[in-house]
Amino acid sequence: MSGQPPQGSWTGPDTTVAREAALGDERIEKPSSPTGRGRGWLRVDLRSVASSLVVPVLSVVTALIIGGFVIVLSDPDFWAMLQSDPIGAIVKGLQDVIASYQALLTGSIGSPTEMISALASGDPKEITAAFQPISETLLSATPLIFTGLAVAVGFRAGLFNIGAEGQLYIGAIFAVYVGFSFTGLPMFIHLPLAIAAGILGGAIWGFVPGILKAKTGAHEVIVTIMMNYISYQVVMLVLKTEGFQRPGRDDPISQNVLPSATLPPLIDGLRVHWGFILALVAAAVVSWLLFRSTTGFEFRAVGLNPGAARYAGMNISRTIVLAMVISGGLAGLAGTVEMLGTSGKLTPGFSPGYGFDAIAIALIGGSRPSGVVAAAILFGALRAGATPMQAATGTPIDLVVVIQALVIMFVAAPALVRAIWRIKSGRATGTEVFSKGWGA
Amino acid sequence: MRIPKFLVGIASVAVIVAACSSGASPTPAPTEAPTAAPTAAPTAAPTEAPTAAPTEAPSPTAAPKAFKACQVSDTGGIDDKGFNANAWQGMQNAATELGIEVKFLESKAETDYERNLQQFIDENCDIIVTVGFLLGDATAKFANANPLTEFAIVDYAYDPKIQNVAGLVFQTDEAAMMAGYLAAAMSKSGKIGTFGGINIPPVTIFMNGLAAGINYYNKANGTSVELLGWDPTAADGKGDGTFTGDFSDKDKGKQVTLSFIQEGADVIVPVAGPVGLGAAAAVQENKDNGVMLIGVDTDQFVSAPEYGDVTLTSILKRIDNAVTAAIKASYDNTFMGGVYNNTLSNEGVGLAPFHDFESAVSADVKAALDDLKAKIISGEVKVSDYLSAK
Repeated sequence: MSGQPPQGSWTGPDTTVAREAALGDERIEKPSSPTGRGRGWLRVDLRSVASSLVVPVLSVVTALIIGGFVIVLSDPDFWAMLQSDPIGAIVKGLQDVIASYQALLTGSIGSPTEMISALASGDPKEITAAFQPISETLLSATPLIFTGLAVAVGFRAGLFNIGAEGQLYIGAIFAVYVGFSFTGLPMFIHLPLAIAAGILGGAIWGFVPGILKAKTGAHEVIVTIMMNYISYQVVMLVLKTEGFQRPGRDDPISQNVLPSATLPPLIDGLRVHWGFILALVAAAVVSWLLFRSTTGFEFRAVGLNPGAARYAGMNISRTIVLAMVISGGLAGLAGTVEMLGTSGKLTPGFSPGYGFDAIAIALIGGSRPSGVVAAAILFGALRAGATPMQAATGTPIDLVVVIQALVIMFVAAPALVRAIWRIKSGRATGTEVFSKGWGA
Repeated sequence: MRIPKFLVGIASVAVIVAACSSGASPTPAPTEAPTAAPTAAPTAAPTEAPTAAPTEAPSPTAAPKAFKACQVSDTGGIDDKGFNANAWQGMQNAATELGIEVKFLESKAETDYERNLQQFIDENCDIIVTVGFLLGDATAKFANANPLTEFAIVDYAYDPKIQNVAGLVFQTDEAAMMAGYLAAAMSKSGKIGTFGGINIPPVTIFMNGLAAGINYYNKANGTSVELLGWDPTAADGKGDGTFTGDFSDKDKGKQVTLSFIQEGADVIVPVAGPVGLGAAAAVQENKDNGVMLIGVDTDQFVSAPEYGDVTLTSILKRIDNAVTAAIKASYDNTFMGGVYNNTLSNEGVGLAPFHDFESAVSADVKAALDDLKAKIISGEVKVSDYLSAK
């Protein structure tokens, strides 16, 4: 903890003073700015945003540069060429790096000229082709936004939810079951029902560690990790269960979600679906919840100083349980949109670790919903661009994992980034660990 | 001083971006995996015409024509030393033989499957090879949408068949039954241990075969050799047993193997991809107690030579041959959709040589194995008849 809460905010059970101070700005430890109040919860303080962006952006840049070295140094041709023609090897290495990143970029964003010419031509086929890269990026980002929000909510309440992965799987089970088993319903009933089921599934899986922590003090890190393992086995179990497993197949694969419970694509021919819009809505709701609602205030107060929060008359147990339920529900939504939008069926291991990437995303995004959305889109772009990069240059897809890991490392060590780029440490940028330590 | 130095950072980014947009000469697409050369070498020469060929391949044409074969791996990755790597070996063999271009894309997530398939459709691949049941739906979708492209999928088949998809399935239980017989004959303690990675059909089919081979041996010789770790009759005939839960954690493979050895097992058959290497390490530690290992998929004596001294044999699943055959058929315009069953009789599955154990396996056992093989091929002995010990 770098910043102290403003003195006086915590002096008595009257929470309104502290609450006003907290709502005046996004973070509780900063004094409220005079213009900050009453201008709506989406108010942006540009200077604060810019300074809080420095470390994440430079982390990404540093990670990409080191990733470049990895591309060159992991290429056996480079080492072979280094003996005979060192300069040529370095030049070729540099070209490889540039080609790889170019493919990564065009594969994740696309080419603006192509988009414009496609729009001008009006040919729907060309338009889908031009917008496919960005569609793929947003598609990959969608589950990450949900899981990132889930972990961020936990962080704000001082809880380290490592269980987003498990909550995602349970949410997926619930959503896919409602999605294929409830026949004959119109879409406007069936789809919301399936989504609600997914939220419920994740929320249940979040409730268990929440209540265990609140009632027995069991540490949520340990409980959520263990519940991840249980969730994997539950997935295997249901996929082997008659009525869930696809008829006529021995493989662990579920029945297909019915069209009436499917999240339709945003644009026909592209894979990005309404789940992305749902993710943005969820981010807005979480933003409101955390920074404009009493509940959110309690989350953050408990997260920063449970003792003070208790003294201020807040119900710590209730807050912990509620935060874990909301966190779990959000993670459950990640599994839900994967089932109802992207894949249409449940298979074991469908998540490549969305719940774990989420920890990094919440960290990079400073546990702010807007930051989470941005970080998730960055990770989505890396994932979407990896395929064209691999196809064009043969750079292994694992490079993306390396880059992601480096970004996380640098974001977690802001002092390192500042040292590399020789930036003086100003005030705190809000990327400190929000969770309490062990046994908090 | 913070701002200027920050600008320095921005400037360096600008330089990189500028470099990106200037004359970048893209490197040509590699025809081989840069780092992922599978170590799983086939035991047979790649030129040997596989009998599992979807159709009889006519003599190769003299001049290689422009032809591109593309493989989408599942989330195991191309260098999984398992079926993705084996399929890639088949791709590379086809490249050597026919002089064609081969290429792969790895999948890291379920969302990657369609993305990778789309990429290959955009690149006009002539045949796209997909690996594993997880790609079943995506392959069907793209095959139906692109009827002029040919597809082959490993470990999956469609019913009804799709005209432009070859489903390559493997009757590995036939070869595993031979391995079960061998294990029972070689075991001194009368206990065989097996475990799987995940309880899925491509894994449990090995274990079923193993159980059948042991039961067959017991019936033929009046013995009561036991199989630990798998019971084909459990769970209402679906079978149940020991699984490590994934295909990556070698430590778990070692732990499970050590506990089998504790229980007295002296032949261990791990059906868990790379997890099997952990089992191999545990077996090697107990080499002096006469514990042996039977590998799966490829000849483990070749792919993991460090454990060669304890590798009795391996149950071969010739994915490489089947993939090469499918590519050849596509290349020769003789490709047909449908199910391609790879069995003992067409050498799509089989037992690897005994290598270091060549002299340890008695002539009687070898003769009995040949007899069993002939009976399985003729249909006189069926794996399904020997799943129950009774």
